[in-house]
Amino acid sequence: MKAALNQLAERASAEGLLDVAYTTTDSPFGPLLLASTPKGLVRVGLPNQDADELLVDLATRVSPRVLEAPARLEETRRELDLYFEGRLTEFELPLDWQLSKDFRRKVLREIARIPYGQTRNYTQMARGAGNERAVRAAGTACGTNPIPLVVPCHRVLRSGGALGGYGGGLPMKEELLRLEGVLDS
Amino acid sequence: MTELPPFQTLIDKHAGDVMAVCRGTVGRSDADDCFQETFIAALRAYPKLSDGSNLRGWLVTIAHRKAIDHHRARGRRAIPVAEVAEVAVEDPLPDEGVWELVGALPPKQRAAVTLRYASDLPHAEIATALGCSPEAARRSLHEGLKRLRKELA
Repeated sequence: MKAALNQLAERASAEGLLDVAYTTTDSPFGPLLLASTPKGLVRVGLPNQDADELLVDLATRVSPRVLEAPARLEETRRELDLYFEGRLTEFELPLDWQLSKDFRRKVLREIARIPYGQTRNYTQMARGAGNERAVRAAGTACGTNPIPLVVPCHRVLRSGGALGGYGGGLPMKEELLRLEGVLDS
Repeated sequence: MTELPPFQTLIDKHAGDVMAVCRGTVGRSDADDCFQETFIAALRAYPKLSDGSNLRGWLVTIAHRKAIDHHRARGRRAIPVAEVAEVAVEDPLPDEGVWELVGALPPKQRAAVTLRYASDLPHAEIATALGCSPEAARRSLHEGLKRLRKELA
Protein backbone atom coordinates (compact mmCIF):
# COMPACT_ATOMS: atom_id res chain seq x y z
CA MET A 1 0.00 0.00 0.00
CA LYS A 2 2.94 2.31 0.61
CA ALA A 3 3.95 2.21 -3.05
CA ALA A 4 0.38 2.98 -4.08
CA LEU A 5 0.32 5.94 -1.68
CA ASN A 6 3.62 7.35 -2.93
CA GLN A 7 2.45 7.19 -6.53
CA LEU A 8 -0.81 8.84 -5.59
CA ALA A 9 0.74 12.23 -4.74
CA GLU A 10 2.82 12.18 -7.93
CA ARG A 11 -0.18 11.34 -10.05
CA ALA A 12 -2.36 13.91 -8.33
CA SER A 13 0.28 16.51 -9.06
CA ALA A 14 0.63 15.45 -12.72
CA GLU A 15 -3.14 15.71 -13.16
CA GLY A 16 -3.34 19.14 -11.57
CA LEU A 17 -5.18 17.87 -8.50
CA LEU A 18 -2.57 18.70 -5.88
CA ASP A 19 -3.58 22.18 -4.75
CA VAL A 20 -1.62 22.18 -1.49
CA ALA A 21 1.43 19.94 -0.97
CA TYR A 22 2.96 19.76 2.48
CA THR A 23 5.65 18.10 4.51
CA THR A 24 7.32 18.55 7.86
CA THR A 25 11.03 19.07 8.27
CA ASP A 26 13.44 19.29 11.18
CA SER A 27 15.06 22.55 12.18
CA PRO A 28 17.27 23.61 15.10
CA PHE A 29 14.08 24.98 16.71
CA GLY A 30 11.91 21.90 16.18
CA PRO A 31 9.70 20.63 13.36
CA LEU A 32 8.54 23.07 10.68
CA LEU A 33 5.48 22.60 8.50
CA LEU A 34 6.06 23.56 4.86
CA ALA A 35 3.17 23.96 2.43
CA SER A 36 3.19 25.00 -1.21
CA THR A 37 0.75 25.50 -4.06
CA PRO A 38 1.66 25.18 -7.76
CA LYS A 39 2.52 28.91 -7.51
CA GLY A 40 5.02 28.60 -4.69
CA LEU A 41 5.57 28.40 -0.95
CA VAL A 42 2.36 29.49 0.75
CA ARG A 43 2.84 28.63 4.44
CA VAL A 44 5.62 27.92 6.90
CA GLY A 45 4.45 26.67 10.30
CA LEU A 46 6.84 27.31 13.19
CA PRO A 47 7.52 24.68 15.89
CA ASN A 48 5.17 26.29 18.43
CA GLN A 49 2.24 26.24 15.99
CA ASP A 50 -0.18 23.31 15.75
CA ALA A 51 0.43 21.62 12.37
CA ASP A 52 -3.04 20.04 12.24
CA GLU A 53 -4.70 23.40 12.77
CA LEU A 54 -2.56 24.95 10.06
CA LEU A 55 -3.60 22.20 7.62
CA VAL A 56 -7.29 22.71 8.42
CA ASP A 57 -6.78 26.43 7.85
CA LEU A 58 -5.15 25.74 4.46
CA ALA A 59 -8.00 23.39 3.51
CA THR A 60 -10.50 26.14 4.29
CA ARG A 61 -8.68 29.15 2.84
CA VAL A 62 -6.80 27.66 -0.14
CA SER A 63 -8.30 24.29 -1.14
CA PRO A 64 -9.30 21.05 0.61
CA ARG A 65 -7.07 19.17 -1.85
CA VAL A 66 -4.25 19.04 0.70
CA LEU A 67 -1.81 16.14 0.38
CA GLU A 68 1.41 15.16 2.09
CA ALA A 69 3.97 15.30 -0.74
CA PRO A 70 7.55 15.72 0.51
CA ALA A 71 9.01 15.57 -3.01
CA ARG A 72 7.22 18.83 -3.87
CA LEU A 73 9.06 20.65 -1.07
CA GLU A 74 12.55 19.29 -1.51
CA GLU A 75 14.04 22.60 -2.70
CA THR A 76 12.40 24.56 0.12
CA ARG A 77 13.77 22.12 2.65
CA ARG A 78 17.24 22.25 1.08
CA GLU A 79 17.40 26.05 1.22
CA LEU A 80 16.12 26.16 4.81
CA ASP A 81 18.75 23.60 5.88
CA LEU A 82 21.49 25.73 4.31
CA TYR A 83 20.07 28.86 5.94
CA PHE A 84 20.16 27.29 9.40
CA GLU A 85 23.78 26.23 8.77
CA GLY A 86 24.61 29.86 7.94
CA ARG A 87 25.44 28.93 4.35
CA LEU A 88 22.56 30.65 2.58
CA THR A 89 21.72 34.35 2.83
CA GLU A 90 19.05 34.71 0.20
CA PHE A 91 16.16 32.36 -0.54
CA GLU A 92 15.36 31.74 -4.17
CA LEU A 93 11.93 30.22 -3.76
CA PRO A 94 8.78 31.20 -5.62
CA LEU A 95 6.22 32.47 -3.11
CA ASP A 96 2.43 32.35 -3.14
CA TRP A 97 1.13 35.45 -1.31
CA GLN A 98 -2.55 34.52 -1.35
CA LEU A 99 -2.88 34.19 2.44
CA SER A 100 -2.17 37.89 2.99
CA LYS A 101 -4.17 40.72 1.48
CA ASP A 102 -3.93 44.44 0.76
CA PHE A 103 -1.82 46.47 3.19
CA ARG A 104 -0.54 43.39 4.99
CA ARG A 105 0.71 41.92 1.76
CA LYS A 106 2.48 45.18 0.91
CA VAL A 107 4.19 45.13 4.30
CA LEU A 108 5.28 41.52 3.83
CA ARG A 109 6.71 42.32 0.40
CA GLU A 110 8.70 45.11 2.06
CA ILE A 111 9.94 42.68 4.68
CA ALA A 112 10.99 40.22 1.97
CA ARG A 113 13.42 42.89 0.72
CA ILE A 114 15.32 43.33 4.00
CA PRO A 115 18.79 41.88 3.36
CA TYR A 116 20.29 39.12 5.47
CA GLY A 117 21.95 40.36 8.63
CA GLN A 118 20.15 43.74 8.64
CA THR A 119 17.16 44.98 10.59
CA ARG A 120 14.41 47.55 10.06
CA ASN A 121 11.68 48.88 12.34
CA TYR A 122 7.90 48.74 12.05
CA THR A 123 7.69 52.43 11.09
CA GLN A 124 9.97 51.88 8.12
CA MET A 125 7.86 48.93 7.01
CA ALA A 126 4.66 51.00 7.30
CA ARG A 127 6.25 53.77 5.26
CA GLY A 128 7.52 51.34 2.62
CA ALA A 129 4.04 49.88 2.29
CA GLY A 130 2.63 53.34 1.63
CA ASN A 131 1.20 54.47 4.95
CA GLU A 132 3.72 55.74 7.45
CA ARG A 133 1.14 56.17 10.19
CA ALA A 134 -0.08 52.55 10.04
CA VAL A 135 2.68 51.33 12.33
CA ARG A 136 0.37 49.16 14.36
CA ALA A 137 -1.07 47.56 11.19
CA ALA A 138 2.50 46.90 10.04
CA GLY A 139 3.11 45.15 13.35
CA THR A 140 0.01 43.01 12.80
CA ALA A 141 1.22 42.14 9.30
CA CYS A 142 4.49 40.89 10.80
CA GLY A 143 2.64 38.99 13.49
CA THR A 144 0.43 37.20 10.96
CA ASN A 145 3.17 36.50 8.41
CA PRO A 146 2.18 33.19 6.77
CA ILE A 147 5.70 32.54 5.44
CA PRO A 148 8.08 33.29 8.36
CA LEU A 149 11.84 32.65 7.95
CA VAL A 150 11.63 32.96 4.16
CA VAL A 151 9.82 36.30 4.54
CA PRO A 152 12.15 37.40 7.34
CA CYS A 153 9.85 39.14 9.83
CA HIS A 154 12.47 38.36 12.49
CA ARG A 155 14.48 41.24 10.97
CA VAL A 156 11.85 43.79 12.00
CA LEU A 157 12.39 45.41 15.43
CA ARG A 158 10.73 48.19 17.39
CA SER A 159 11.89 51.73 16.80
CA GLY A 160 14.55 52.29 19.44
CA GLY A 161 15.93 48.80 19.06
CA ALA A 162 13.69 46.70 21.34
CA LEU A 163 13.16 43.28 19.81
CA GLY A 164 9.36 43.39 19.56
CA GLY A 165 7.48 40.11 19.27
CA TYR A 166 7.77 36.94 17.23
CA GLY A 167 5.23 34.29 16.24
CA GLY A 168 7.74 31.55 16.98
CA GLY A 169 8.57 32.99 20.41
CA LEU A 170 11.14 35.63 21.34
CA PRO A 171 14.01 33.15 21.98
CA MET A 172 13.71 31.99 18.37
CA LYS A 173 13.86 35.57 17.10
CA GLU A 174 16.99 36.21 19.17
CA GLU A 175 18.60 33.02 17.94
CA LEU A 176 17.88 33.91 14.30
CA LEU A 177 19.36 37.36 14.78
CA ARG A 178 22.46 35.79 16.36
CA LEU A 179 22.74 33.39 13.43
CA GLU A 180 22.70 36.36 11.06
CA GLY A 181 25.26 38.23 13.15
CA VAL A 182 22.91 41.05 14.21
CA LEU A 183 23.15 40.09 17.89
CA ASP A 184 26.38 38.96 19.51
CA SER A 185 26.54 35.24 20.13
CA MET B 1 -21.93 23.89 4.29
CA THR B 2 -19.68 21.64 6.30
CA GLU B 3 -16.05 22.50 5.98
CA LEU B 4 -14.10 19.71 4.34
CA PRO B 5 -11.03 18.44 6.18
CA PRO B 6 -7.64 18.31 4.40
CA PHE B 7 -7.79 15.43 1.92
CA GLN B 8 -4.76 13.80 3.54
CA THR B 9 -6.87 12.98 6.61
CA LEU B 10 -9.18 10.90 4.38
CA ILE B 11 -6.15 8.94 3.19
CA ASP B 12 -4.78 8.53 6.72
CA LYS B 13 -8.11 7.31 8.07
CA HIS B 14 -9.60 5.30 5.23
CA ALA B 15 -6.79 4.04 2.94
CA GLY B 16 -7.01 0.64 4.64
CA ASP B 17 -10.75 0.34 3.99
CA VAL B 18 -10.40 1.36 0.35
CA MET B 19 -7.57 -1.13 -0.16
CA ALA B 20 -9.67 -3.88 1.44
CA VAL B 21 -12.55 -3.15 -0.92
CA CYS B 22 -10.19 -3.15 -3.91
CA ARG B 23 -8.56 -6.42 -2.90
CA GLY B 24 -11.92 -8.00 -2.25
CA THR B 25 -13.38 -6.95 -5.58
CA VAL B 26 -10.58 -6.94 -8.18
CA GLY B 27 -8.01 -9.18 -6.48
CA ARG B 28 -4.58 -8.52 -5.11
CA SER B 29 -2.68 -7.98 -8.36
CA ASP B 30 -4.91 -5.15 -9.60
CA ALA B 31 -5.75 -3.70 -6.19
CA ASP B 32 -3.12 -0.93 -6.37
CA ASP B 33 -4.63 0.37 -9.62
CA CYS B 34 -8.14 0.31 -8.19
CA PHE B 35 -6.86 2.06 -5.06
CA GLN B 36 -5.24 4.86 -7.03
CA GLU B 37 -8.17 5.29 -9.40
CA THR B 38 -10.42 5.61 -6.38
CA PHE B 39 -8.39 8.30 -4.65
CA ILE B 40 -7.74 10.25 -7.87
CA ALA B 41 -11.47 10.27 -8.63
CA ALA B 42 -12.21 11.29 -5.04
CA LEU B 43 -9.60 14.06 -5.15
CA ARG B 44 -11.09 15.38 -8.38
CA ALA B 45 -14.60 15.56 -6.95
CA TYR B 46 -13.66 16.55 -3.40
CA PRO B 47 -13.86 20.38 -3.44
CA LYS B 48 -17.43 20.22 -4.74
CA LEU B 49 -18.63 17.58 -2.30
CA SER B 50 -21.62 19.13 -0.54
CA ASP B 51 -21.98 16.67 2.32
CA GLY B 52 -18.84 15.72 4.21
CA SER B 53 -20.63 13.81 6.96
CA ASN B 54 -19.86 10.30 5.67
CA LEU B 55 -16.53 10.48 3.88
CA ARG B 56 -15.78 6.81 4.46
CA GLY B 57 -19.01 5.66 2.82
CA TRP B 58 -18.34 8.07 -0.04
CA LEU B 59 -14.85 6.63 -0.65
CA VAL B 60 -16.05 3.04 -0.40
CA THR B 61 -18.79 3.76 -2.95
CA ILE B 62 -16.24 5.24 -5.36
CA ALA B 63 -14.00 2.19 -4.85
CA HIS B 64 -16.88 -0.07 -5.83
CA ARG B 65 -17.56 1.93 -8.96
CA LYS B 66 -13.89 1.74 -9.89
CA ALA B 67 -13.94 -2.03 -9.32
CA ILE B 68 -16.94 -2.35 -11.63
CA ASP B 69 -15.16 -0.23 -14.29
CA HIS B 70 -12.19 -2.51 -13.91
CA HIS B 71 -14.24 -5.65 -14.46
CA ARG B 72 -15.92 -4.15 -17.51
CA ALA B 73 -12.59 -3.14 -19.00
CA ARG B 74 -11.22 -6.58 -18.34
CA GLY B 75 -14.24 -8.13 -20.02
CA ARG B 76 -13.42 -6.14 -23.14
CA ARG B 77 -9.76 -7.06 -22.97
CA ALA B 78 -10.32 -10.81 -22.73
CA ILE B 79 -9.31 -12.46 -26.00
CA PRO B 80 -9.75 -16.20 -26.48
CA VAL B 81 -6.46 -17.96 -27.27
CA ALA B 82 -5.61 -21.50 -28.31
CA GLU B 83 -2.97 -21.99 -25.68
CA VAL B 84 -2.99 -20.52 -22.24
CA ALA B 85 0.39 -19.11 -21.23
CA GLU B 86 1.73 -20.40 -17.97
CA VAL B 87 2.22 -17.44 -15.67
CA ALA B 88 3.33 -17.37 -12.10
CA VAL B 89 0.57 -16.60 -9.65
CA GLU B 90 1.32 -14.85 -6.38
CA ASP B 91 1.16 -17.18 -3.43
CA PRO B 92 -2.02 -16.27 -1.64
CA LEU B 93 -1.66 -15.33 2.00
CA PRO B 94 -3.40 -17.62 4.50
CA ASP B 95 -6.79 -15.94 4.70
CA GLU B 96 -6.71 -14.67 1.18
CA GLY B 97 -8.29 -17.86 -0.04
CA VAL B 98 -11.55 -16.51 1.33
CA TRP B 99 -11.21 -13.25 -0.60
CA GLU B 100 -10.51 -15.19 -3.78
CA LEU B 101 -13.86 -16.89 -3.26
CA VAL B 102 -15.50 -13.55 -2.45
CA GLY B 103 -14.13 -12.23 -5.74
CA ALA B 104 -15.91 -15.07 -7.55
CA LEU B 105 -19.35 -14.25 -6.11
CA PRO B 106 -22.02 -12.55 -8.26
CA PRO B 107 -21.53 -8.74 -8.18
CA LYS B 108 -24.21 -7.77 -5.63
CA GLN B 109 -23.30 -10.53 -3.20
CA ARG B 110 -19.60 -9.79 -3.62
CA ALA B 111 -20.13 -6.10 -2.96
CA ALA B 112 -22.35 -6.75 0.06
CA VAL B 113 -19.87 -9.18 1.64
CA THR B 114 -16.91 -6.87 1.01
CA LEU B 115 -18.68 -3.80 2.34
CA ARG B 116 -19.78 -5.68 5.43
CA TYR B 117 -16.57 -7.49 6.34
CA ALA B 118 -13.72 -5.60 4.70
CA SER B 119 -15.18 -2.15 5.29
CA ASP B 120 -17.30 -2.91 8.33
CA LEU B 121 -20.26 -0.92 7.03
CA PRO B 122 -23.70 -1.32 8.65
CA HIS B 123 -26.57 -2.63 6.48
CA ALA B 124 -28.06 0.80 5.89
CA GLU B 125 -24.79 2.12 4.44
CA ILE B 126 -24.32 -1.00 2.32
CA ALA B 127 -27.77 -0.32 0.91
CA THR B 128 -26.80 3.27 0.10
CA ALA B 129 -23.56 2.16 -1.54
CA LEU B 130 -25.35 -0.46 -3.64
CA GLY B 131 -28.33 1.73 -4.40
CA CYS B 132 -30.87 -0.78 -3.06
CA SER B 133 -33.12 -1.18 -0.02
CA PRO B 134 -31.66 -2.34 3.31
CA GLU B 135 -33.66 -5.58 2.99
CA ALA B 136 -32.18 -6.25 -0.45
CA ALA B 137 -28.69 -5.51 0.93
CA ARG B 138 -29.30 -7.90 3.82
CA ARG B 139 -30.49 -10.57 1.39
CA SER B 140 -27.44 -10.17 -0.88
CA LEU B 141 -25.18 -10.45 2.13
CA HIS B 142 -27.02 -13.53 3.37
CA GLU B 143 -26.92 -15.25 -0.04
CA GLY B 144 -23.23 -14.41 -0.42
CA LEU B 145 -22.35 -15.83 2.97
CA LYS B 146 -24.41 -18.95 2.35
CA ARG B 147 -22.52 -19.61 -0.87
CA LEU B 148 -19.15 -18.97 0.78
CA ARG B 149 -19.94 -21.40 3.59
CA LYS B 150 -20.86 -24.06 1.06
CA GLU B 151 -17.63 -23.54 -0.90
CA LEU B 152 -15.47 -23.56 2.20
CA ALA B 153 -17.11 -26.65 3.69
